Amino acid sequence: MPQDPAERRVVVTGPPRRTRTGSRGRPGHAPARYRPRTEIDEQTTLGHTYVRSLMRSQLRAALAGFAVLVLLVGPLPLLFAALPDARRLQWALLGFGLYPPLVLLARWYVRRAERNERDFVRLVEDR
Amino acid sequence: MNSGYAVPAVALVVVATVLVGAFGLRVSRTTSDFYVASRTVGPRLNAAAISGEYLSAASFLGIAGLVLVQGPDMLWYPVGYTAGYLVLLLFVAAPLRRSGAYTLPDFAEARLASRPVRRLAGAFVVGVGWLYLLPQLQGAGLTLTVLTGAPDSLGGVIVAVVVTATVAAGGMRSITFVQAFQYWLKLTALLVPALFLVVAWQGDGAPRHAFAEPAAFREQRAVHVDDTVDLTLEAPLTVTVTGTVDGRRHDATALRLPAGTHRIERGTRLTFARGSAVPAADRSADGTMSASLAAGRAERPLYATYGLILATFLGTMGLPHVVVRFYTSPHGVAARRTTVAVLALIGCFYLLPPLYGALGRLYAPELALTGDADAAVLLLPDRMIGGPGGDLLGALVAGGAFAAFLSTASGLTMAVAGVLTQDVLPSRGVRHFRLGTGLAMAVPLAAAVVVGGLPVADAVGLAFAVSASSFCPLLVLGIWWRRLTPPGAAAGMLVGGGSAFLAVTATMAGLPATGSLHALLAWPALWSVPLGFLTMVLVSLATASRVPPGTAAILARFHLPESLGATEVKA
Repeated sequence: MPQDPAERRVVVTGPPRRTRTGSRGRPGHAPARYRPRTEIDEQTTLGHTYVRSLMRSQLRAALAGFAVLVLLVGPLPLLFAALPDARRLQWALLGFGLYPPLVLLARWYVRRAERNERDFVRLVEDR
Repeated sequence: MNSGYAVPAVALVVVATVLVGAFGLRVSRTTSDFYVASRTVGPRLNAAAISGEYLSAASFLGIAGLVLVQGPDMLWYPVGYTAGYLVLLLFVAAPLRRSGAYTLPDFAEARLASRPVRRLAGAFVVGVGWLYLLPQLQGAGLTLTVLTGAPDSLGGVIVAVVVTATVAAGGMRSITFVQAFQYWLKLTALLVPALFLVVAWQGDGAPRHAFAEPAAFREQRAVHVDDTVDLTLEAPLTVTVTGTVDGRRHDATALRLPAGTHRIERGTRLTFARGSAVPAADRSADGTMSASLAAGRAERPLYATYGLILATFLGTMGLPHVVVRFYTSPHGVAARRTTVAVLALIGCFYLLPPLYGALGRLYAPELALTGDADAAVLLLPDRMIGGPGGDLLGALVAGGAFAAFLSTASGLTMAVAGVLTQDVLPSRGVRHFRLGTGLAMAVPLAAAVVVGGLPVADAVGLAFAVSASSFCPLLVLGIWWRRLTPPGAAAGMLVGGGSAFLAVTATMAGLPATGSLHALLAWPALWSVPLGFLTMVLVSLATASRVPPGTAAILARFHLPESLGATEVKA
C-alpha cells in the first residue's frame, strides 16, 4: 500500500485514467493503447498478491451487502408467522416497503465496488 | 370481456414488435451483433431490455392470481424476483461481463478449460430454457382463450411464430430494442388501468377488507361453476346450492357444508351470502397459472416460504435469458450500473401486480373459486369500471400481457438458440443461428400443444430451483474461488441441479401427496442449493490436482477493472 495515494497523484504525465469510463465513455473509446502492468501480466507473485487483494476487497463488499440483505429479509417470515394478525404490515412490507431498501443497498454496493476498483487502479498505475 | 377491443390490441402489440424488430434489423449486420449486439448497449437501454425480458407472464398475471387466491404470502414471489437481481449484482454482474464469453457454457469453458463441463452447462441451459418457455406458450394460449374463446394452443402458436421470426431475423441487437420497448409497454399497460381502478375503488368508498384473511364476499353473489372443482373449507360454510354437491342434487337449498373437502360438479350454481369467506378451489392438477404447490405450503408454511425465498434469490442469476444479457454491456462497470437500474425498474413494476391481486380479492373473489384467478388482471377493468372504458382498459392490459409473453419468450429463445448453435449444430454462423432458433422454439411448442397441463407456477418454480442449485454454485464459486476444478463443477451441477429437478418432477407427478416429505420435495431449494455448493467444494478439494493451470490469469481477468487497459479482452 502506498502511504497516501492521493498525494502522489500530482504527477501530470501519468498514464490516462479511465476510471470514469462507466458513465461517460463511449463504447468506441475502449483503451486503444496497451499499458500492461507487467507484474500482473507476467503473473509474478507480486502480481498475484495485487489481484488477490482486489478480489478480497470486492468479496468483502459483496458479502457485506449480502449480509444486510439476509438480515433485512431473513427474519420477516418468522415475524409474519409470529404476528398472524398483522396482515396489513405484511401487505405494506412485501408489497411496497422492501423495494426501496433493495435499490439503496444496490447503489451502496456499486459505489463501494467502483471505489475499490479506483483505489486499485491508482495503486497499480502510480507505483 | 369484450373481444372487439382485445383482439386489435393484441394484434397491435404483435405488429409493433415486428416493426421495432425490423428497425433493429437495419443495424444488425455482424455475427457479434447477432449474439451480443456488439457489446455496445448502454446501461439505460440495456436495463429496460433486461427488465422487459424478465417480467414474464408469470409475474404479470400469475402473481395477481396467486395473491387473489392465497393472500399476501404470495407477495414473496415479486420480492424474490427483484432481490434475485441484487444477489446477481453482488456476486456475479461485473466479473461475468469481464469473463468475455457469450453464454453460460462459454463461461464454464473459459473458467475451467473443460469441454465436458461446457456441454453439461449447455444441457442445463437448454433444459431450464425449455422449462421456462413452456409456461410462456401455455400462458399465451390461456390468455387468448379467456379473451376471445379461441382454441387453447392458438396463442402459443402466435407467440412462437412471432418470436422465431424476430429472433432469427435480427438476433440480439433487434431483440434489445424489442425488449426495451416492451418493458415500457408492459408498465403502461398495467399502470394506466391500475390508476383508473384505484380511482374506482376510491369512488366506491375505499373498502379495505382486501387485507382481511381469508377473502370474503362483499355482497351476495352467485357463482356458476363451469368445471368440476374440489373446494377445501377451513371452516363450515353456509351456501345456497342449485346443482350437485358431493354427489347429491340440490335445488335452491341452503346447505351448511362442514369443514373439509367438497366436490362441486360442473354446472352447479352457488350463491354466497354477504360477508362469507371465499373458499379456494383445489385444482393443482389443472393447467392454471395460480395452481401452485399449495399443498406443500399449507403443511409447512414457514419451510415453503424460506424455500421460495432461497430459490428466487439465488435462481435469478442462473436463468439463461438473464445471464446472456450481461454480455451485451460494454464493460463491467456498465454491467453493474445496469443491474441497479434493472432493480429499480423491476421494483416499480412489481408494485402493480399485488395491487391487482388486492383489488381482485375485493371485486372478483369468486375467481378463486372457479379457478380463473389468473384472469383477474384481465377481467378487473371490466368488472370494476365496465362500459367501453372498461373494455378499452381491458384491451390495454391484454396487449401488455401479450407483450410479456413475447418478450420473455424472445429472450429465452435467444439464449437457447445461442447454446444450440454453438454446441449442438455443426458450424457457427448466422444461418445456423437461424436453424437453432427454429429448434429452440419448436420443442417447447410441440410440448405445449401435445402435452399441455404442466401448471405454470410449478414450471416457473422448477426453473428457478434448478437454476439456483446448479448455476448459482458454478457462477459464485467460479468467480470467487481459485480451487474450483472441472470434476467439482460437473459433480456440483449434476448433484444440486439434478436433485432439484428430480424433486420437483416427483412432486408434479403426484408422488408423496402429503407429509413432510412432500414439502421437502415441493420446495427443494432449501436443501438442494447447499447440496450443490457442498458437492462442488468437496469434489474440487478431492481433485485438487485438476485445478486448471490458467486459473490465476482468468480470475485476474474477471476482477481487474477495464480501466487498467491490460485486461481488455477482445472476444
